[in-house]
Amino acid sequence: MMNKILSALLAGSIFGVGLSLSAMVDPNKIINFLDITGHWDPSLLFVLGGAVMVTLVSFRFIFAQGKPVFDNEFQLPSAFKIDAKLLIGSSLFGVGWGLVGYCPGPVVASLGFGFEEPLIVVGSLLAGMMLHKAIVKA
Amino acid sequence: MENFTPYTSLAGGILLGISASILMYLNGRIAGISGIISGIFNNPSATEKMWRLAFIVGLIAGAFVYNHFFPISVQPREGVTTALLVVGGLLVGFGTALGSGCTSGHGICGVSRFSLRSITATGVFLISGIVTVYVVKHIIGA
Repeated sequence: MMNKILSALLAGSIFGVGLSLSAMVDPNKIINFLDITGHWDPSLLFVLGGAVMVTLVSFRFIFAQGKPVFDNEFQLPSAFKIDAKLLIGSSLFGVGWGLVGYCPGPVVASLGFGFEEPLIVVGSLLAGMMLHKAIVKA
Repeated sequence: MENFTPYTSLAGGILLGISASILMYLNGRIAGISGIISGIFNNPSATEKMWRLAFIVGLIAGAFVYNHFFPISVQPREGVTTALLVVGGLLVGFGTALGSGCTSGHGICGVSRFSLRSITATGVFLISGIVTVYVVKHIIGA
């Protein structure tokens, strides 16, 4: 258990540094990225590109190991069908993302900055997840 | 183009990729932030809850420490009301739960596994985000 916790702590820390270095914690930057007909800032494409460039290669080698170091199996999504939930959920997420300029990673990473905005968004984000659990899984 | 930062964005993105690789290599889990958060509440296993919390603690600490050495100038935003933040937050939370992922889980990990679901989801939330910003900024003119 301790190994898993420490490796998650390490991965989380690197993720927090990555989001800060790339300035994805700045909601203005996200909104400018999405504002393709306005002051377009393509930086987010470079963030996604940089990340995918690494995982595209690393995941091949990692999956070839057969199993992860601290577990017996890789836990990967079991769903393969493109269904209404995926499409509606992703659309709603996009609307929220465009409204506030925050997706889950950056807004949680911003909690330590001492602004009010991330606190409000994270609180509502958690409420949204609870709402999903109450409505969809009921 | 406004404040375009290709090099730091690419470098930051590479760090995200390294982080996702570490979590997959060591723990066998996808570094999808929305899934990591919801699992804290929905996964009954104590180990599952604990590593997820540790990831979140690291995420906040990593950003905090970076900000300590290289202060990030996030400009205060005008016209962003609490109501807007609440509605946006609810949509992000509900939407990522219903759509099983966000920018990290679908956009980074899923795309690099060539998951058709993730590639579709990424396209959908990018388009929906672009349309939303277009409506807010250029039609409503907020």
